[in-house]
Parts: sequence; C-alpha cells; structure tokens
Amino acid sequence: MIGDASALQLVLTGDPALLAIVRLSLIVSLSAVVLAALIGIPFGAALALIQFPGRQAVIVVLNALMGLPPVVVGLAVFLALSRAGPLGSWGLLFTPKAMIIAQTVLVAPIIAALTRQTIEDLWLEYRDELNAMNVGPVGRVATLIWDARFSLVTALLAGFGRAAAEVGAIIIVGGNIDGFTRTMTTAIALETSKGDLPLAVGLGMVLIVIVIAVNALAWTARRAGERMAG
Amino acid sequence: MFTRRLLMAIAVSVVFAGSAFAQDKSILVASTTSTQDSGLFGHLLPMFKAKTGIDVKVVAQGTGQAIDTGRRGDADVLFVHAKAAEEKFLSEGFGVKRYPVMYNDFVLVGPKSDPAGIKGSKDIVAAFKTLKDKGIDFISRGDKSGTHQAELNLWKVAGIDIATDKGPWYKEIGQGMGAALNTAAASNAYVLTDRATWLSFKNKGELVIEVEGDKRLFNQYGVMLVNPAKHPTVKKDFGQQFIDWLVSSEGQKAIADFKINGEQLFYPNASDPGA
Repeated sequence: MIGDASALQLVLTGDPALLAIVRLSLIVSLSAVVLAALIGIPFGAALALIQFPGRQAVIVVLNALMGLPPVVVGLAVFLALSRAGPLGSWGLLFTPKAMIIAQTVLVAPIIAALTRQTIEDLWLEYRDELNAMNVGPVGRVATLIWDARFSLVTALLAGFGRAAAEVGAIIIVGGNIDGFTRTMTTAIALETSKGDLPLAVGLGMVLIVIVIAVNALAWTARRAGERMAG
Repeated sequence: MFTRRLLMAIAVSVVFAGSAFAQDKSILVASTTSTQDSGLFGHLLPMFKAKTGIDVKVVAQGTGQAIDTGRRGDADVLFVHAKAAEEKFLSEGFGVKRYPVMYNDFVLVGPKSDPAGIKGSKDIVAAFKTLKDKGIDFISRGDKSGTHQAELNLWKVAGIDIATDKGPWYKEIGQGMGAALNTAAASNAYVLTDRATWLSFKNKGELVIEVEGDKRLFNQYGVMLVNPAKHPTVKKDFGQQFIDWLVSSEGQKAIADFKINGEQLFYPNASDPGA
C-alpha cells in the first residue's frame, strides 16, 4: 500500500509496493513488446517483400492501426476475455496476462508498420544482389531482417514507449488490483483520483526515468552489437 | 550476444511471471471507488487474509459497472451501495442473497464562498432546488455509480426532472468520485460525495461541506455472492467466507475501527434486517 509518503521517499527507501508496481509495469510492457515483435517483424517484412492484390490497402490499414485507441483495444479484449465472452473459459480477465494481451494488440501494428518501412527501404538497396544470388523468399526475409536488426531496435522502442505509456487498455482488462495488476500508469490514475496530485506527479517522474533507462539500455546494446558486427 | 541474452532474460521473466501469478486461494471482489479510495479495504483485507489465508483482489468500479462485472461472471463477490440496483440484480437471479454490511452518508460539498447560500442547511432537497433555481455550477458523476444514482434520486424527490431541466450549470463528467471532486475543486462547483471519499481526499482546495445530516443522505452498503448457478466459475466457498466474515461481529468491529484522523468512516449495521 502506497501510504502518505512522497514518491521520492518511496524510491529512496526502496518501498516494496512501489518496486512491485515497477516490476509489473516492466514485465507487462516488455512481454507485450516481445510477443508483438514475434508477430510484427515477420509480418512487416513479408508485407515489404511480397506483392499481392490489395497490398497498398493493407499497408494503409496497418499504418492506421498504429493509432489504435487503447481504450477501444481494452474494451475489445475485455469483452473477449470476460466470462460471458468467447474466451471467458480461459479465466484471464483481471490478470497480468490479460494486460499483456491487450498491449500486444496495441504494439504489434506499430512494430509491423515500422518493420515494413525499414525492410522495404533496405530491399531497394539489396534487391539486385539478392536476385543475383538467387535467394528464395524465406531467405530474403531472413537476410533483410538480420541486416536491419539494429534499425529494428527503434521499432521495438517505439512499441515499448506506447506500451509503457498507456493506461486506457490495462486499467480495463487488469482492473488496477492492488498488489496484482497495478502498474505505474494505473497507480498514477488512482492517485490522481484520490486527489494526491504530488504523489501522482512523483510517480509520473519515476515512470519517465524508467522509460529513459530502458531506452538507454537498448541504445547501449545496439551500439555494442554494431561494434561487434563491425 | 548481449541483446540475445536480454531477450532471453525477458522470456524467462515472462514464464516466471505466469507461474508467480497463479494463485488459487483468492477471490475477486467488484466494489466501489469509495471503499477502495478511502483505504477501508487496505484496513480490512490483511485481517481477513491473516484469519483465512484467502487473498481478496478488489476491482474498484462505480456501482453500476461493478454490478455489470458480477452479471458477466467476472467477479465472485459484489460489495456495492445502491440497494435498488442490488435488489434488481438479485431478482434477475445473478446474486444469491444480499447482506447489509455498513453505512455512511453523502455530503454536499461546495466552495467556501458558498454562492448558493446553502451552507449549514440540513435540508438537502431544498439545497438542490436552490442550486437549480440559481443555476449554480454542479458536478454530476454521470456514471451510473451508487453516488450518481443517489444524486438522481434526490433531484426526483426535489420535483426536478434533471434530464430536461438541466442547464449549462449541470456538468456530467462520467467519471469516478475522485475525478468529480478534482473537477469541483478546480472550478468552484458543488458536488455530492460520500463522506469516506471526502475525508480521505487530498485535493480539497476551497471546497468545504455545505449540507450534511439529512436522513435522505444515508448511504447503505450491501454485499452479495454472485450466483454460482449462473456462473459456475464463481468461487462460492471462499466468497461466502468473506461475506460471513464481513457480517460477523469480528468483521463489523473491524469496519467500526477504521478511522481517518480520528473520524469513523463507516458504521456497521449487518444486524439491521431492513438496511
């Protein structure tokens, strides 16, 4: 229970409730990014390389889905996972897994759309070479994804930013349960509604620092990887 | 490679998260923002957990939404405050039995300057009429919560059909109690709130209590088990244990003992069959 302390005090004293909230926020958002990457990167790469009728329309829709309203995604996932809904028997509503599902839906289009653009640009550069080497479609996708891996980190970070920042979807499907589904953003919403604006602002600053830290980590990893790849 | 190790760590943490969250001895209670935001659950649940080992997860919603959560089978127990809506829920077969638990009261809060000139009145209906006649800014929850239903009922008692009589002074925000209080504090408007949320609210600004003590401001809370016959997934044994504890002398004493700044927030009345 976050009591009457300020956010700074909570951070400095390593308050276990705050640490649990931070941990859950990271688990939910990073899991969603991993799942969304597993879906979005192959999909985006395939869309960049494969020609088919209606491809332009798919690209436009995919780009538009980057702006999916979190509250709409939350409501759709809520209705699907509710006991009265089609997936109700899974019993996932008001659990962290439901939150991961909702954020995956939000993040996958972002990663897919940015991957599509990255791979398509790279394809223009590599096309003659890959054609000359007679590489098949699966090999092309794999080669391009591998060679674009450092640029794709940016797509993952865009997805992570979206997931870490949103409150609309996870508060609906998670229920903001104390000690179970409460994340940084839902805690901020709660403290605002309790009128504890200083604590809400403090938690907001903690969240921003965490997002910066994750980005710095990704940047360092990318730089290290680039150096090793020469 | 570093990134691969990072991804691995994330994947492991996801799997770990999955197992760590799997706890069986728990129930889900759909309740209202007033019980949660006031800190009542933070006071009660550790005692109940110590006695029974049952984890109670609380989803705090408006009463209308909480009842809908129960109707969909997404909660095991409802702990809400809108008797008419609760009885409708029971008559539709979604609940097993309603137990009165406790009450507190609503208060009308407004700016210290009191532009409506109603401060100190004990007649909430007259105060509502004054607000409407003078067109004084009023914030309505507008979210079908228990407090919103109580407010609508008071307009009705005052002979005002708010759906047609409302003017620009009447602002429905469609949000929770805290958001309504934040809005009122920021715009110097009047708002009806439960006393528990009011006492624990930290951004009062210029707001003060204007009208209190009218019998019609009484706010009764009830608790119900969601009907396992309708929703077989309901954890009826754990849920009933929670209800039995709330209405037991031990649970009732725990409710009475909950105070903020020395002021009691909820008054147990499980023994009152008419409540």
